[in-house]
This record gives sequence, C-alpha cells and structure tokens, in this order.
Amino acid sequence: MRRRLAHALTPLRLAALVYVGLMLLVLVAAPLLAPADPLSQDVADRLASPGGAHVLGTDELGRDILSRIIYGARVELLIALGATLVSMLLGTLLGLLGGYFGGIVEVITMRVVVDVLLAFPPIILVLLAVTLRGPGTGTLIAAMGVLFAPTFARIAYGQVISVKRLEFVEAATAFGAPTRTRLFGVILPNISAPLIVQVSLTIATAILLESGLSYLGLGVVPPTPSWGSMVAQGQRYLSSDPHVLLVPGAFVVLTILAFGLVGDALRSGLDPKSRSNR
Amino acid sequence: MTTYVLRRIGVGVGLVLLVLTLIFLALHLVPGDPAMLLLSQGDGGSATPDAVARVREQLGLDQPLLTQYWQFLSGALTGDLGESFRNGQAVSEAIGERLPRTLELVGLATLIAVVVGVPWGALAARKGGWFDSVTSVLTSIGVALPVFVFGSLLVLLFSLELGLLPAGGFTEWGDDPGRHAQLLIMPAIALAVGFASTIARMTRSAVLEMLHQDWVRTARSLGLSRRTVFRKYVLRNSLNPVVTTVGIGVGTLLGSTVLVEKVFSYPGLSSLLVDAVTARDYPVVQGVVITIAVLFVSINIIVDVLYGVLDPRVRR
Repeated sequence: MRRRLAHALTPLRLAALVYVGLMLLVLVAAPLLAPADPLSQDVADRLASPGGAHVLGTDELGRDILSRIIYGARVELLIALGATLVSMLLGTLLGLLGGYFGGIVEVITMRVVVDVLLAFPPIILVLLAVTLRGPGTGTLIAAMGVLFAPTFARIAYGQVISVKRLEFVEAATAFGAPTRTRLFGVILPNISAPLIVQVSLTIATAILLESGLSYLGLGVVPPTPSWGSMVAQGQRYLSSDPHVLLVPGAFVVLTILAFGLVGDALRSGLDPKSRSNR
Repeated sequence: MTTYVLRRIGVGVGLVLLVLTLIFLALHLVPGDPAMLLLSQGDGGSATPDAVARVREQLGLDQPLLTQYWQFLSGALTGDLGESFRNGQAVSEAIGERLPRTLELVGLATLIAVVVGVPWGALAARKGGWFDSVTSVLTSIGVALPVFVFGSLLVLLFSLELGLLPAGGFTEWGDDPGRHAQLLIMPAIALAVGFASTIARMTRSAVLEMLHQDWVRTARSLGLSRRTVFRKYVLRNSLNPVVTTVGIGVGTLLGSTVLVEKVFSYPGLSSLLVDAVTARDYPVVQGVVITIAVLFVSINIIVDVLYGVLDPRVRR
C-alpha cells in the first residue's frame, strides 16, 4: 500500500495536489484570502502592472486582479464541483441500471439517453440551455451535469457488466439480498475506483467549458468575476497591458493541469492494473 | 461490407431522429412558458402579452404538441428551419452562408493536427528517453490549454509583437486568396494544438502496444530490419485506434470553433450561434444546433465505416 502510494505521488503530482488543496481552501475562505474587494475600483491605479501595491496588477477599471482571481476561482470551482456531482450521480445510476438489468433498460439508458447526449459537441448543448434559461450558475451546473453524465454512465456500465457475474455478487443474491442492496451495497463499492478517477478529470473538463462560456459572456453573470470573462476583457488591452489577459489565462491552464494530474495520481493509486501509467 | 455500412447508416438515421426529438423537447421540458422565457431579459420584468403571443405563433407553440412535433421534424428533414426572430432571414440560408467557412477551418485544423500529431506520437514511442518525456509534458499542456487562451497568445505574438499576420477577420477566397489564407492560418493552429496533442498521445500508446506484440518479434527474427517492421507493420496497425480518436476529435473541434471564431472575429457558423444565443434568437440557435449535431453523427458514421475498411475484424 505504501509503495503504491509512493508510486502514485510523483513530485509533480504532489504539487498538483497541493494546488488543488489551495483551490479548495479558496472555495471556503475567499473573503479572508483576497487582499481587496474584487469589485472595488481604484481609478487612480488603472491597468497597474503586477508587482506593485497590487501583486498581480489591476484591470482597466482599477480592480485588483489577484482578488478577482480568488473570487473567480470560487465561482469556477462551485460550478465545476456542482456539475461533476450531478453528472456522477446521474451517470452512475444510468450505468448501474443499464448494466445490471440489461435488455430494454439497457437500450433506454445506454443507447437512447447516453448515445443521444454524446451526439453533440458539449459546448453546443450548454448553449442551447443558456438560450432557454439565460446564463447563470444554476443553468450551467444543470446543463453541464447532464452533459457529463454519459462518461460516468459508460464507465459504470462497463464495470457492472464485468463484476455482475462474479461470486461475491452471486453470493449476495443467494443470501437473499434485495436488488437495491446488491446494486448499491455490493456492486457500487466494488466499481467505485474508476468513477473516482473520472471525478477529477470531469472537474478539469468542467472548468475548461465554464471558462469558455464565460469568455463568450454566456457563463457567469457579471459583475461576478470569472476567469473566462477576465480573459475576454484582457483581449482589449493585449498590446499595451498583456497581464490583464495572461494572469487569468495562466490560472485556467494551471487549474486544468492540476486536476488532470490529480486524476492520474488517483488512477495509479486506486487501480492496481495501471501500475505503469506512463 | 455493404451490410456493415448499411447497418451503420441505419443506426445513424435513428440517432439523428432521437437527437431531433431531444432538441424539440428541450423547448418544452424547460419549466415555464418558453415564449416568456425567451423574452425575459433576466431582470424579472415581464414581456408584453402582444410580444409573447407573437413568439408563440412564430414557434408554433399555439398548435397541439403532436402537430408541432410533426412540423418540426418534417421542417428539419427538408431543410426548413424557420426564420430568425431578429431579421426574419431564413435560418437555413444563414447557415448555408456560414457553414462552409467553419468546415474549411475545421478541415484545415484536422489536417494540421493529424500531420503533426501522428508522426510526433510515433516518434515519441520509438525513440523513448528524453524525447518521450518532453512529449509527455508538452502534450499535457496542449490538452489543458483552452483555445481562447492559446488563440490570444498567438495574436499577441504573431500580430501584435511580430506583425506577421492580421489579428482576425475574414475575406472571401474569391476576393483575395492570399489574405483569405492569412486569416485562416492562426485560427486553424489554435484549434489544432489540443487536437494534435490528443492524437500524439493516442498514437504513442498505440505504437507502444504494437511494439510488444509477438508478431513484431517474429518479423524481426525472419530478418526484417527494425525500420521495415516499424514502417510497414507497426505503424499501419497502430492507426486503427487513432482513426477513432480523430473521428471523435473532429466533433469536438466543431464545438471549439465557438471559441476560436470569437477570438479571431471569424464569421462562421459558430459565431452565428453565439450571436443568436446572446440575442436569444431561438430559431437560429436551434437550426445551428441541429446542423452541428447532424454533422457530428455523420462524421461518426464515416469514421466507423473507415474503421471497418482498415480492420476487417470489426465488420463481423
């Protein structure tokens, strides 16, 4: 066990884990950590470069970029975690039912629901939802939650198929465990490892998608700061003050990378088959 | 082979019908009156009854549900996608004008991604060592790099710093082929970078898997050189999973054009979509979503057929 842990935690992955931990801290403690109010404007110090009184500089309205990054991270994570939770619950349920019962249930869950959802590039379905409901946190969590469910469904489905004929499941049946117990008490705990790995990867995908939508002005509603809209804003000052774009852009990249790396670490830590994942 | 192709097309047609049904239902499953929703500006203020009645009529919401469904399906299948709320232009006409531009962009990006990604991944698998490590780091970053950030970096470097390329816009090929190409290259590269990284990773792991097959050892023991075995057999056999990756990736690229077209002010299908979403012009949004979904399903069918050609085992 210890050896497996050591193998899973390369220095790079450890750094990613620390970064993700910091992000989670920001989620609960943004007001304590941010040096300034993300919306207050310091007109005398507009477009300040990083390194002065404002550590990461200010934007064109004189708002402190570090504070906006911190508050933006909170929104970003809230949406990504919310969407991932919804998709994990929904997808796992679909996959469990489809894989366990087979037949018509499988056709409805895996062929109809999952395949139809996979017939759209992700961002397109979210845009359809935004048109109908208007942008905002709730719309994004719901739309992305439904959208990412197929991945969980496919993983759960494949896993259920491979374990449902194994002895321990048969034993539970023989002891008279009801279907509900067999599904959620016996099978689910035994197939959870790949689903947990997928959680981390889905969070990364959700952040990528959310920042894209906010970049288009169709994600989080202003004035709430979000990394995507900060990048869009920075584009206008690209030649004179590139930091307005580069700082939020770098955070988007770092965060996606970090959640991806944590996913890799989880995979090699949880899945004995992928010892050598490189 | 014919049966395989026909069956695949049959599944595709079924999928398209289901996709259309989902899009139809989207309007009706949303809680609340769709017409009111589309007119609300998010400030809680309610629209005038006249305006609501007009939207209801334009969307056919005053008809019985089944009639609406039938009209929607027959319209979609005959290319009648309704009219824009904003300017009354036929949606199919607007799409017809924009679609070729986006397809050109996606086509070029795919070409770049394949031409760069496949040899890169194959080389990383074959060479190993530091080259493989560098590849691993670069492709991780490539996958994590959002297109709108990378696109902006390209603008910063090639347009603002070096002044080599125009920052964005569009010129018809017929008007000025040189400028047309200049305006196409940066958006295509921005789109291609993540895709090339994915292809490189996929190729690398496929090649590594092939290199450890028994028949590779057999071929070597029969006296074929390492180079011949690699070029003629290993690479060729590694390409099957790569084809699938490319197929899925092209669909994702269609989605990413939404962002890239915005970065480079490129007037393609996706910028039509984004403008329509912003203005809540539902018929246009719906038309573009249908077009993209149908394209996506068609690409997947083509990939599956291609897969069948490359690997006779799948045909069953």
